[in-house]
Amino acid sequence: MNMNTTETNHHGPGYKLFVIIWATLLALTCVTVYAAQVDLGFLNVLVALSIATVKAALVTFFFMHLKYENMTFKIMVLLAFAILAIFIGFTFFDTAYRAVG
Amino acid sequence: MADHPKDYLGQKMGMWLFLFTEIILFGGLFVLYAVTLQRYPDEFHEASKLLDTTMGTVNTVVLITSSLFAALAVTALQKGDEKKAKIFLLLTIALAAVFLVDKYFEWGAKIHHGIYPGSPDIADWEPGKQAFFALYYAMTGLHGIHVVIGMAVLGWIYWLIHVGKCTPQYFVALENGGLYWHLVDLIWIYLFPLYYLIA
Repeated sequence: MNMNTTETNHHGPGYKLFVIIWATLLALTCVTVYAAQVDLGFLNVLVALSIATVKAALVTFFFMHLKYENMTFKIMVLLAFAILAIFIGFTFFDTAYRAVG
Repeated sequence: MADHPKDYLGQKMGMWLFLFTEIILFGGLFVLYAVTLQRYPDEFHEASKLLDTTMGTVNTVVLITSSLFAALAVTALQKGDEKKAKIFLLLTIALAAVFLVDKYFEWGAKIHHGIYPGSPDIADWEPGKQAFFALYYAMTGLHGIHVVIGMAVLGWIYWLIHVGKCTPQYFVALENGGLYWHLVDLIWIYLFPLYYLIA
């Protein structure tokens, strides 16, 4: 065990928090598998994607340390996902209004 | 590595920028999936029933757990415990291998039943069902390649720790490798419900 307290400005949570996040992710996996067995029609896809997004947020904020990064990183990540949303959204502005055939 | 100036934030920012390009890469495929799903909702529903939800769920648990170990490896090294960090890294890599073995059996069973792009057995299926499996192979295949690359990267970082080039004072390589691995997990978090759970 290394006992010299090297002063790092690095940050990050301890083991315990990560294990809690992991348990939450597993619980959400169970929820999404069970939710899929209830027939909600198109809502099924929305429920599955919502749960996936909660899981993705947990991974990004905790496992990827985004919660502990400075504002620049947070804005960058937000921007990347905003661009992805525009990418997907604008595609549907097109395809959703095409004549079927 | 001796006397290079170390720009900790810059190195991590560079990794995030790379991850954004990965998100856009997979994003393109997700757009394609979404548009095809909108066009063939019933065929997708039928085709999804052919996938083995149990194997998909097992792989989800395996990948989330390996992501946990990658995160723990960073914490261990930050705390100055190189030995523990190396053990956590090995566990991460081992679970990545388990993921690939599961995938091998899944793909193997499908191919054995003649379900693969261009197979004569599915030539007279509805186009929507064929499209589902074309996308399934393309997206899980690209993801699988990322798993293989992730294993190699994490193995390389293990070696860096072993030879003292990645240390409790300077561990950005481990952090960046971890970031890559979490992204692989992140993509699977979306692939899993979209392919296995829409039946």
